[in-house]
Amino acid sequence: MKIVREALAGTQESSDLMVKIAPAHGELEIVIHSEVIKQFGEQIRQVVNDTFRAMNVRQGLIIIEDKGALDCVIRARLQSALLRAADEQAINWGTLK
Amino acid sequence: MSKLRRSMLFLPGANAAMLSTAFIYRPDSIMFDLEDAVALREKDTARMLVFHALQHPMYQDIETVVRINPLSTPFGLLDLEAAVRAGVDVIRLPKTDTPDDIYELEGHLARIEREYGREVGSTRVMAAIESAIGVINAVAIARSSPRLIGIALAAFDYVMDMQTERGDGTELFYARCAVLHAARAAGIDAFDVVWSDVNDEAGFLREVDLIRKMGFNGKSLINPRQIDLLHNAYAPTREEVDHALRVIEAAEEGARNGLGVVSLNGKMVDAPIINHAQVVLERAAASGVRR
Repeated sequence: MKIVREALAGTQESSDLMVKIAPAHGELEIVIHSEVIKQFGEQIRQVVNDTFRAMNVRQGLIIIEDKGALDCVIRARLQSALLRAADEQAINWGTLK
Repeated sequence: MSKLRRSMLFLPGANAAMLSTAFIYRPDSIMFDLEDAVALREKDTARMLVFHALQHPMYQDIETVVRINPLSTPFGLLDLEAAVRAGVDVIRLPKTDTPDDIYELEGHLARIEREYGREVGSTRVMAAIESAIGVINAVAIARSSPRLIGIALAAFDYVMDMQTERGDGTELFYARCAVLHAARAAGIDAFDVVWSDVNDEAGFLREVDLIRKMGFNGKSLINPRQIDLLHNAYAPTREEVDHALRVIEAAEEGARNGLGVVSLNGKMVDAPIINHAQVVLERAAASGVRR
């Protein structure tokens, strides 16, 4: 999946997260800010990396502002932002588990 | 015992915090809303949130319902794909005016179920009736599909269609009777409208008392604070439970003595009385006894 434009998804509210995506050359760069980074940083990174791998994203700048979201919310917000950034109309639900 | 559906809690599909916590309130069913509660620009993210929430273990032990957008909009079919793929129990179809609306939904459901490996027919349906024509067609709608578990009246659009407004219930009198009779004639559940003023507890309880006496299975709710109030109102009283126990006892004694019909305090105890007593005891087991 190729990121072709800037996109946002999510909110800054508690239990949610905001994902900002921008096209970039070179490697995929992911920046994570989280209120619970000390307790759950590894888990959050795992969910984020798994999601990008499943959607075959290799390039782009991703900034994540987490406010204590559950894994399922993280996945949903990332995927929404990616679909917006890639301008994808057709959704392959199989890759979004 | 059939599935208890007293309370159906609405959750805005775009609200991550509510999707992450609502299961703790234990309504009988949770309804994820992708329609009116979601702004147009957030339809895609709400759909994605609901898709993931439905698959989370926290929602595996509770009946899940998704209110999709009408199939005539660009969102309806995408909502359906996401909800069925994620394993939703029931699809709530808004603005159901005729049986054709249900037939159209059925066609899409069968295709999506086949595509995603779900048993064809396993996704159930609830029709929301929100117009005068929907109320007129309630019987045909209620009988239109074996997938239907119930029909619900939705007040806001209905009163607008009737050129009136929400008040003391007079404005819903015919619609409630029509929807309820249609549901009973078809052997499915009937759900009443939401009570939108969360701070008017007395008004909510008056309406709950009315719809319980009419025979509605339950009500759509917009706030978790309304769940306990509703469940308590639907619980039988101690006197009703004691009487039901005496009826069952008398019936069992009659059976032991080979009598078809027995009496209790001078009143005949026959099959309908025994059935009603069993319903009261089942409801007490599920709801407790009214405080």
